[in-house]
Amino acid sequence: MRTDWKAMMPPVVIVAGAVLGVLGAVLAWAGNPPNMGVCIACFQRDIVGGLGLHHAAKVQYLRPEIPALILGATLAAALRKEWKGRSAPSPAISFLLGALVMIGTLVFLGCPVRMTLRLGGGDLTALAGLAGFGAGIWAGTLLLRRGFSLGRSASGSRVPTLVLPVLAAGLLVLLFLRPAFIFFSAEGPGSQAAPVLASVGAGLLLGALAQRSRLCFAGGIRDLLLIRSPHLLVGLAAALVAAALTNLALGQFNLGFSGQPIAHTAHLWSFLGMALVGLGAVLLGGCPLRQLVLAAQGDGGAFCAIWGMFAGAAVAHNFDLAASPAGVPVGGQVVVVAGLVICLAVGWSVRET
Amino acid sequence: MTQEMTVDVRGLACPIPVIRVKKALEGVARGRVVVLVDEQVAVENITRLAGYMRCSHHCAACEGGFRIILEKPGSGGEGP
Repeated sequence: MRTDWKAMMPPVVIVAGAVLGVLGAVLAWAGNPPNMGVCIACFQRDIVGGLGLHHAAKVQYLRPEIPALILGATLAAALRKEWKGRSAPSPAISFLLGALVMIGTLVFLGCPVRMTLRLGGGDLTALAGLAGFGAGIWAGTLLLRRGFSLGRSASGSRVPTLVLPVLAAGLLVLLFLRPAFIFFSAEGPGSQAAPVLASVGAGLLLGALAQRSRLCFAGGIRDLLLIRSPHLLVGLAAALVAAALTNLALGQFNLGFSGQPIAHTAHLWSFLGMALVGLGAVLLGGCPLRQLVLAAQGDGGAFCAIWGMFAGAAVAHNFDLAASPAGVPVGGQVVVVAGLVICLAVGWSVRET
Repeated sequence: MTQEMTVDVRGLACPIPVIRVKKALEGVARGRVVVLVDEQVAVENITRLAGYMRCSHHCAACEGGFRIILEKPGSGGEGP
């Protein structure tokens, strides 16, 4: 039997993953926080802080990568006639799962993209997160096989789909105008930023490539487990290899468990935090990056998930749930365990009738 | 005996369409599975699955989306 390598390893997915890995390393070199050239969760959290919706003074900045990524994805979808309005079949559940996924990422200290970039920077503490991510996805696939579904979406008008790109453009305008009511960190990760135009350019390119390739970090492991297809996993692998090689070339590769930037060594909580992210992402239909892209091309469910993530970021920092290099607060530990229980309950009980 | 089955996956989020189609193909010993799809991504995923499961496939645009016809050959080589 012939093996269709192009179907198993689509070049566009490999290119998208590799570009993400290279840009992730380069943006960190250019000024973004270490091993955090791109992080969908951390950067959304920084934006929430920049808008004054949480009070953690060290993580407030209107990260331009996120709005640029949205605009790049919307543009790419429009060019391919995939920019369509779709209703959210279960808006409340999508919102809740988005919030829990965000809290999981802030306990681990990174979304699946940053987890990959951390590994690509030699940060071996992220291995516990990768193991947890895989375990969460595995649990999610069992629930999918059992019949979990958020329901059916319907096609709708394109007018509501303009909301997210317009808000994204508005964020970029606020970043350039820097009005007094926007918060900018004076120290900490929020004060570390690559040049704005470099971030905007990288975000636009990544958004377009992610839309075109359907790149999804949760989908990679999920599809391998469900249908033995590695077609999305090759994107994660490409990002990891490209980030490692770029970090080596830039002299910022530091292999080991100790002294890793913006990371902690509470391995159990790295595992459980990312298990929550993996499980929540499978139930949502994609990782935070994929949710952002889907929302950008008009998906109502992903739109609700994005707002859940924003709310989750505000809750995580206002209620002292988010981890720091010192470790994971008790509140964060409690919410991660509760979040796993809630996700399992949702996955068990919500089925399409 | 040749069987025919229709699976409507319109409006379902990724990867549920693929799971439903895989289940349908596994339930048919030999014959045809017709799938109604409304998204390009789902079309790509289902035709990829068809390749993995050694089924021939034909996709045509129809009102409100796409209609994919998957032909499953007789047993002999295809595992459960």
